[in-house]
Amino acid sequence: MGRYIFRRLLQAIPTLLGVSILSFLLISAAPGDPVTLRTFGDVRMTEQARQVLRQQLGLDQPFFVQYLAWMTGWSVRQGDQVAALTTPQVRCSYWKGLQLTLCDRGGGILRGDLGTSLDTKQPVWARVVERMAATLELGVASLLLSLALGVPLGVLSAVHRGSVFDNVVRFFAVIFQAIPIFWMALLLILFFAVYLGWLPTGGRQTVSLTQEFDLGDRIRHLLLPALVLSFGGIAGFSRIMRTEMLEVLHADYIRTAQAKGLVSGQVWFVHGLRNALIPLMTVMGPAVVGVLGGAVVVETLFAWPGMGRLTVNAAFQQDYPVVLGTGMFFALLTVAGYLLSDLFYAAVDPRVRFE
Amino acid sequence: MSVSAESLTLRKLPREGKEESQFQIVLRRFLRHRLAVASVAVIVVLFVAALLAPLVAPFPRDAVDIAVATRPGPPGTMSSQGEMHPLGVDHLGRDLFTRLLYGARVSLSIAFIVVVISELFGVVLGAVAGFMGGWFDTVISRLVEFLLSIPTLPILLITASILIKTEAQLPLPAVATDFVSWMLAAPIQEANKVVVLMAILILLGWTGAARLMRGMALTLRNQDFVEALRAVGASNTRIIFRHIIPNGLAPILVNASLGLAGIVIAEATLSFLGVGVQEPTPSWGNMLSTAQSYMFQHPWLPLIPGIPLCLVTIAFNFIGDGLRDALDPRLKR
Repeated sequence: MGRYIFRRLLQAIPTLLGVSILSFLLISAAPGDPVTLRTFGDVRMTEQARQVLRQQLGLDQPFFVQYLAWMTGWSVRQGDQVAALTTPQVRCSYWKGLQLTLCDRGGGILRGDLGTSLDTKQPVWARVVERMAATLELGVASLLLSLALGVPLGVLSAVHRGSVFDNVVRFFAVIFQAIPIFWMALLLILFFAVYLGWLPTGGRQTVSLTQEFDLGDRIRHLLLPALVLSFGGIAGFSRIMRTEMLEVLHADYIRTAQAKGLVSGQVWFVHGLRNALIPLMTVMGPAVVGVLGGAVVVETLFAWPGMGRLTVNAAFQQDYPVVLGTGMFFALLTVAGYLLSDLFYAAVDPRVRFE
Repeated sequence: MSVSAESLTLRKLPREGKEESQFQIVLRRFLRHRLAVASVAVIVVLFVAALLAPLVAPFPRDAVDIAVATRPGPPGTMSSQGEMHPLGVDHLGRDLFTRLLYGARVSLSIAFIVVVISELFGVVLGAVAGFMGGWFDTVISRLVEFLLSIPTLPILLITASILIKTEAQLPLPAVATDFVSWMLAAPIQEANKVVVLMAILILLGWTGAARLMRGMALTLRNQDFVEALRAVGASNTRIIFRHIIPNGLAPILVNASLGLAGIVIAEATLSFLGVGVQEPTPSWGNMLSTAQSYMFQHPWLPLIPGIPLCLVTIAFNFIGDGLRDALDPRLKR
């Protein structure tokens, strides 16, 4: 098992590297730059001053030089500039064969530094970690909700195949998979928060002076966004569970269990469900991807202070270090989701490990 | 060897009285799925309405009427000229029914173009990768795996927010922008942004079709008829395009139908968040975004772009379901 985990971890590296290159490419290909955006209309800024700013941020360098600096903290300049670039903090050396000056400015992703935000001047790391808990809270809640509702619905629907219940569940599974979640969110906000006034319209907790932790208040804030985010999962899980259960129910061991005189509920949920759950593990990875993608929209709609909203705002503000940082974290969470689902799968089905 | 691939094509044998063609079987089975048939009707009606938007719409697309009694106004609001707005007006007094029709034009045409191009792209890449194997297959498979393992929406959002917000002239082929501008009945500047949006959706959208087609090609290439084709000297190109792709098309059709729903939602979501289709071009997504600002006073507002939006996505899903049942050879009845 240990070797299997190690191998899967190694396989995650190219994915992360790919995401880093892709997001960096996208951003450097983008027209317009953050310096112009931030100093637009500022009469004190001259074109020369803007150029200096760009140089300080390294925006005047070609793509791969910027990428290298972002990954490793090493910056490369042409010609011998050791004297010009060396400071007490920065060590430089000249590479004669290639006529390049190499400076170690410190930082870089590989040393665990994501850079600093252009807007707040905070380390990106701190801004992301601050938001990560909120996104995890929302994501885990909605995954649990979709499992808790989707699995039993699918099982019952398979057991009562062809009944009114089955047809209703299948119909709504298609509907809920089809409806855009942002529209669903608008309607639910209007109904539960505005019309009935039962739940807050957004945010993670009621703003108060003391900011004490109040579990009831937190849950009331969490309920609507988690529900909206879980609709797709409920529909998807119930459809998969129905198909899997239908196959399992024809198996001999189910007939044996029934012949022994076990109660139906026990047969379905103990003997049947266990075996039908195995294929569900394979869709957990894509489910995590779906939840993370949905979180971007749901967080924006419910003013939920998570990573999705941070990404959206940073993208609008062209705060590139933050966009890149959150992009890497989204990739990391996705890889972790796939990894976990593979590990669960390997745990329940030993054949996978020996492939 | 003088036998050409053409001469091996079987002539149609005279059929016995009642036997149905493959197409008739599929059609008959599809027609049994009542929800799917109803969905086709919904899509056709909306499509025709969208196509005829300039003729059907009671008002010009961007006609602002600030003298109207209430803004936003509910269905049945009278304009300052005394004409009725069937679905009411938005915050600028623009006719919602008119904008809904033009919005349908935007949503449906983006969806159809994006899906057709990305499925074509995916089918060809997948078929070649699966059939030929080797390094090309490795590259395509890894790429697909990679694109499927990253959360698409954040990437779409970041890309779109960067590309859409810029005023700089992007190097877009004039053919594409002209065509989109004609189709949306919108000026070229508005079309530019729509083309950017479509390009992004295509670049991330071809993976499903490629994966399906690769799988089909892998199973088909070992079958006897391919061996026979090789024996008579059919070229790889011919085998792939005339035999592998047509034989593997069934799951692609289902995938395309579900893809249409996916693209409609993706476009609406991006436009809703403000990085997709931009005002004044109406799209159901950006209409909902405006509706959101006024919905606390006018709770009916999100329903007007929302109901057709859901109808379309649900319809494409049901059509996909119907196609899946109709094309599944295991359920032959």
